[in-house]
Amino acid sequence: MDPHHALALPHPRPGITPDNRFFWDGLRQRELRIQRCAACHRLQHPPAPMCSGCHGFEMESIVASGRGTIHSFVIAEHPAIPPFSYPNLIVLVDLEEGTRLVSRLVDVAPEVVAIGMAVVVDYERIDDELTLHCFRSLETAGG
Amino acid sequence: MAEQSFAGRAAIAGIGQTEFSKRSGRSELRLACEATMSALADAGLEPGDVDGFATFTMDNNPEIELARAIGAGPLRFFSRVHYGGGAACATVMQAALAVAAGVADVVVCYRAMNERSEQRFGIGAIPLAPVATTETAHFGWYAPFGLLTPASWVAMQAQRYLHDSGATTEAFGHVSVACRRHAATNPNAWFYERPITLADHQASRWIVRPLRLLDCCQESDGAVAVIVTSTERARDLRQPPVLVRAAAQGASRDQQMMTSYYRDDIGSLPEMAFVARQLYEQCGVKPHEFQTAVIYDHFTPFVLAQLEAFGFCRPGEAPEFVRDGRIELGGALPINTHGGQLGEAYIHGMNGIAEGVRQVRGTAVNPIRGVEHVLVTAGTGVPTSALVLGRG
Ligand SMILES: [Zn+2]
Repeated sequence: MDPHHALALPHPRPGITPDNRFFWDGLRQRELRIQRCAACHRLQHPPAPMCSGCHGFEMESIVASGRGTIHSFVIAEHPAIPPFSYPNLIVLVDLEEGTRLVSRLVDVAPEVVAIGMAVVVDYERIDDELTLHCFRSLETAGG
Repeated sequence: MAEQSFAGRAAIAGIGQTEFSKRSGRSELRLACEATMSALADAGLEPGDVDGFATFTMDNNPEIELARAIGAGPLRFFSRVHYGGGAACATVMQAALAVAAGVADVVVCYRAMNERSEQRFGIGAIPLAPVATTETAHFGWYAPFGLLTPASWVAMQAQRYLHDSGATTEAFGHVSVACRRHAATNPNAWFYERPITLADHQASRWIVRPLRLLDCCQESDGAVAVIVTSTERARDLRQPPVLVRAAAQGASRDQQMMTSYYRDDIGSLPEMAFVARQLYEQCGVKPHEFQTAVIYDHFTPFVLAQLEAFGFCRPGEAPEFVRDGRIELGGALPINTHGGQLGEAYIHGMNGIAEGVRQVRGTAVNPIRGVEHVLVTAGTGVPTSALVLGRG
C-alpha cells in the first residue's frame, strides 16, 4: 500500500517561509498540522504570520485527525505535466476540524469521486526533504 | 453620486490594436508601440502629448521603454496593477484617477504580449524550487499536488458551482457558443467565420474536468492600447468621447490569487459583487440599463458567476439566464460582441475595453442599437476591476 509513485522526475516544491515551515516539517513526520492561534485557539489554513481573529502573533499548531469530506474536486487531464500521472484527481477537503485544504485523491477512479465523499489522509514521500499529504476514500481505506 | 467622485471626469479618446495572431513574429515592445501609435492616431494626438502610462505588473514592456520608442515627452504618471487579468480595467481606473486629479493629461493604458508564441500561461510552468516568498508560499499549497494551470484553479470553483446550482456543463457551453457566434462575424477575431454549436462544445476534449477545451479562452499574440484624457479635452479631439462613467477595483474577504477556496461559498465571486456595488454607486446605472456588456471570459464558468455578481440574474440562476440566445446578438443582454477572449483574442481583457468603446461610439462590427452604457469587466478568480463606459 505504498502510495509513493515512481517520482524520479523533479517535483514542484512549495516556497517554505517561517510562517508555513511547521506544516511541511509535520508532513515528514506523517502529521497533518493545522495552524492554531495560541491566544484564542482559532484554526486557520493556509497559515499566516498572525491570527486574523484576535490579531495575536503567537501561533502554534495541532495535528489533524486526517478525516474529512470532499468539498470540491477536479480531474486534470491536459496538459500532462511531469512528474504527475493522469488523470490526476485533485480535491478540496473539508477537514473535520473545520479548515479546508487542497490535496490529491489516490486509489479512487474518476467515475467514483464525488462531492461529500468521506476521505482520510495518507502521505507520499517524494524525497528526503519533501513529503506530501494525499487522501484516500475512507470506505476503501477501511477507516 | 459623491461630489468628489472622479466618475465621468475622464474619457477614452482613442483605441488602437495590432492584429491578433498565434505568432506575431515581432517583439512585445514593438506590439506595444504599434498599438499605442494606432490609439494616438485614432484620438488625433501626438506621442509628445503623452505624459502618463498604466499597465499590468505582468506586462514585459516597461513604460520608459515604450515612452523612449514612441518619443513621448517627460512622464509624470506611471502606474502598474497586479493580479494578472484582474488589472485590465484598473489600468483605465488609474488613468482616470490621475487625469481627474490633474496629475496627468494624456495617459496610455496598454497590454502587449506574445502569450502564444513566447510565454504561454496555460502550460503549468511553475518553478520547481522556488525562492521562498509570500507568493511562492501561496502556490505551494497547490503546485505540488498538480494544481498547476489556470484551468485547474478555475475548475475547482466551477465543479462546486455545478453542484450548488444543479446545472450541467451545458450552461458553460451556452457562453462558448455565444462568444464564437459573435467572433464569426468579426474579421479581427481569430475564430472569424468559425462558429460552434452546443454539441461541438460538449464533444470537445476534457482539459480539467469539468472544463473542456471550448470552455478555455485562446492563447494569443497581440497588443491593445487605449488613451485616457479629461472629458473636456476629449471633446476637442477626433473621436466622440467615451466617458469613464464608473471604475472600481475589488478584492474580497479571504481573497486569494486564483484559489479563493476557503470561503463558505466558493462558486460565487464576491470580489466582483463588491466591484459591482461600487460601480452602481458611482454612476447610478442599474443592471437593466446596460445594452451590452463585455464579461471577462478566460473560462466560461466565471462568466456565469459574473452575471450573478452584477445582478443580471439572481445567484444560481445564470445557467437559466444564458439559455435561448439571451446573451447573443438580438438577446436581452448580448455579451462579448467582438467574440470575447474565447473568440476574438486573449489580450488579458484589454481587447474587451476596446470593444466597449466601439459599442459606445457605434462602430462595433456587431453593433448594438442605442447604446448608452456598456459594462466591461476584468479577470476573475483574482483581485479584479470593471468599468462602466458611456456616451459623452
Ligand atoms: Zn487569535
